[in-house]
Amino acid sequence: MPSVSMTVNGQAVSAEVDGRTLLADFIREQLYLTGTHIGCDTSQCGACVVHVNGEAAKSCTMLAVQADGCDVTTIEGLSEGDDLHPMQTAFRDNHGLQCGFCTPGMIMSAVDLAQRNPNPTEAEIRKGLEGNICRCTGYHNIVKAVAQGAANMRS
Amino acid sequence: MNDSVSGIGARVLRREDFRFIKGQGKYVDDIVLPRQTYAAIVRSTHAHATINSIDSSAAAAMPGVLRVLTSADFEAFGGLPCGWLVNNQDGSPMVEPKHPILAEGKVRHVGDPIAVVIANSRGQARDAADAVMVDYGELPAVVNMKSAIAGSAASVHEESANNICFDWALGDKAEVDAAFAGAAHVTRLEFINNRVSPNAMEPRCAIGNFDTSNGDYTLYTTSQNPHVIRLLMGAFVLSIPEHKLRVYAPDVGGGFGSKIYHYAEEAIVTVAAKLMRRPVKWTSDRTEAFISDAHGRDHVTTAELALDADGKFLGLRCDTLANMGAYLSTFAPCVPTYLHATLLAGQYKTPLIYAHVRAVFTNTVPVDAYRGAGRPEATYLLERIIDKAAREMKIDPAEIRRRNFIQPDEFPYQTPVALVYDTGNYEATLSAALAASDYAGFEARKAEAKSRGKLRGIGLSCYIEACGIAPSAVVGSLGARAGLYEAATIRVNPTGSISVLTGSHSHGQGHETTFAQVVAEKLGQPIENIDIVHGDTARIPFGMGTYGSRSIAVGGEAIVKAIDKIVAKGKKIAAHLMEASSDDVVFEGGQFKVAGTDKEIDFGAVALTAYVPHNFPFEELEPGLEETAFYDPANFTYPAGSYVCEVEIDPETGVVEVCSMHASDDFGEIINPMIVEGQVHGGLVQGIGQALLEQAVYDDSGQLLTASYNDYTMPRADNVPSFTVDNSVTACTHNSLGVKGCGEAGAIGSPPAVINAIVDALEDYGIEHIEMPATPRKVWRAIHEAKN
Repeated sequence: MPSVSMTVNGQAVSAEVDGRTLLADFIREQLYLTGTHIGCDTSQCGACVVHVNGEAAKSCTMLAVQADGCDVTTIEGLSEGDDLHPMQTAFRDNHGLQCGFCTPGMIMSAVDLAQRNPNPTEAEIRKGLEGNICRCTGYHNIVKAVAQGAANMRS
Repeated sequence: MNDSVSGIGARVLRREDFRFIKGQGKYVDDIVLPRQTYAAIVRSTHAHATINSIDSSAAAAMPGVLRVLTSADFEAFGGLPCGWLVNNQDGSPMVEPKHPILAEGKVRHVGDPIAVVIANSRGQARDAADAVMVDYGELPAVVNMKSAIAGSAASVHEESANNICFDWALGDKAEVDAAFAGAAHVTRLEFINNRVSPNAMEPRCAIGNFDTSNGDYTLYTTSQNPHVIRLLMGAFVLSIPEHKLRVYAPDVGGGFGSKIYHYAEEAIVTVAAKLMRRPVKWTSDRTEAFISDAHGRDHVTTAELALDADGKFLGLRCDTLANMGAYLSTFAPCVPTYLHATLLAGQYKTPLIYAHVRAVFTNTVPVDAYRGAGRPEATYLLERIIDKAAREMKIDPAEIRRRNFIQPDEFPYQTPVALVYDTGNYEATLSAALAASDYAGFEARKAEAKSRGKLRGIGLSCYIEACGIAPSAVVGSLGARAGLYEAATIRVNPTGSISVLTGSHSHGQGHETTFAQVVAEKLGQPIENIDIVHGDTARIPFGMGTYGSRSIAVGGEAIVKAIDKIVAKGKKIAAHLMEASSDDVVFEGGQFKVAGTDKEIDFGAVALTAYVPHNFPFEELEPGLEETAFYDPANFTYPAGSYVCEVEIDPETGVVEVCSMHASDDFGEIINPMIVEGQVHGGLVQGIGQALLEQAVYDDSGQLLTASYNDYTMPRADNVPSFTVDNSVTACTHNSLGVKGCGEAGAIGSPPAVINAIVDALEDYGIEHIEMPATPRKVWRAIHEAKN
């Protein structure tokens, strides 16, 4: 079996993996970081979004071996201890989540969106979240949360 | 509105959010048990076929494979039970064929489970499942409902040659026909209520565990009602008594009805865990979800509305074919009957209603309740045909509704279809919706859109729903095989903190916040001292779970009843401590007080006394402070509201844009407005999804063509606008909180508003109806056929 080494949430990890192991499965089943979720298997829903070398990536679309040598951040690495990332705070303040299943991927996509576009319009937020499906919120409060989260990140 | 920061009426931020935004939610698939094995399910690739043979020898020899199970391994067990019996018009019971755990000799839909591979890893199990060879004898697939009952189709079940599960009716047909004979105008509409897939974002998952030391089973499952699963699976399928079976549904990632039902996979992992003497986990992938989770809706209906010359409704009659799919899912028979036909009065004084419903077996995934369950179908029927009647009679759509509304002074109102509405004010929600959406200013917006080459339309929908599903005696008389109450326990701990054990289940609804607000207010305690426990049969006495917008109206009221018992006992303890009569003790703001004096003792001191009873009225009371209540309501609750949608259509492409959607609802009293608004937003998008985007499509051979997110169009952020919502309040009269429930309204009220808006936009083409989902292709074709 091939071995992979990467940095996940600031910690160096190395492991042997079945060559076909997806990055999402590696994160969940070998690193036990279960905040990254799998909702669709076809790279449509975005529940599995993590940051790879600082950019949002659907971790069900990558093999673990493709992330060899990369710097990976999952939802668990976005903030430490009891602290919250400004985008996490904004999701709570705006009731931007209900069942919570899409939320980690949604927040990771939103952080990436705000990093690329620090002051997005509503239309830009909606377009930017096109790759993340939420079945609970109707997106209304997610859009508000991302606008506030982006503002929080600017300040 | 309460001014307190955490009591009833306050916009309390959700307490459960911390774990979800930190990625620390604990969903079933996140649970890893020592020595866990993995199950993969071999599912039918054919819609209808005999199973001639199953060859699992190659699969069994593959790496990591521990065992392959077929139906022979489940012979000792029962089929999956149906929880609701509907009788035919002649009084005979519905056809209720066995729903085996694994297919027995025949498969009846694509996705029907045939065999199970247990292996050391998920990948090994799936590889081996692909290697199980099934020799099928293909049979003609029964897909279309009209063909299914025509007499020439194959039979899905031997027990029903014509594929009819039941032939049911409500109302007096002769009286209704007479009303039609004397009508000034009759409007007729044939339509399909499209089949959709619920698509909770968390795929279903189940882990079975068997403790060899004591014979105890544990089932971890993605369920909206773990006690119901324990009852159904334990008593009817596997014969495991309740005290040996724990069912635990921790964080669940959305349900929308699809996680109410007892599914085969729950029984499979439970049986397999005992066979393997190891935990067995099964996790659905998305395509498996499409071909095994119960679908929703799927009605074909003809409706007729009789009116007098002033637009007053004289009678409604309708004929519906309701798809049951291949087997009867847990609550399937009640959806097109008691949750549909009984809602056909809507907000109106239609004096005579006749509904004829035939439920049909087809070679498709079972159909059951999906957000709204029968009530969206009833609302769609009514609000579409009323809109068509208004157009035909040249009466404003709002005006025709007003002329027929049940008036505020007419409650309680007995409808001709069995229900008694307790309260409502339909003019209030309609007026609010028309004002908020600037209904009067629409023509200017339409003209402006026309200048840009766009067709703008406005659509209205006035819905009612029956929520808080209960009372047990009523649902029992209608065929329910279970009671529909709710249970709650309030455990006041010795130092005054409070554990609330509720039979309701939260899978996105925010009960950990809403229920805590109720307890904080009623007991005058800080919300931080209150913990809401749900989802675990080992910790919670009993419960019927969360569906039908019943959590606050039934589960919340059960909590209030338990609180009342706590307060009553607390008063006696306090009276003893203060040397007063308990009749003179009042409880206010967390303090037990002797009325008319300055004597008082706080809640915490009473709690401590209950557990450290050195000075305690033993002759009257037992120590401890814990009370359980079962609450069985006197009636359903009746949320209602008016929704207004505006769309713009590009006639060149047929693309429909939802420009605005306004929702004015009456949910009775509201505990947490923030959470209620969120429920409405989510429901609106599910309704818009059904109206514009979503459909589970089968081809003639019974293959599901929309079995992934590449093919099934889920609403995304850029498909919908932001919304405006407001509330008016008529309090429910039969629960102390005055609450009605809010979970399904958005999905019930929005589809007809969208389609009415589209038909309005297309009025110049003479287009009277567009079927859901109103895709660009459908709209474009309708425009071009009308032009030609």
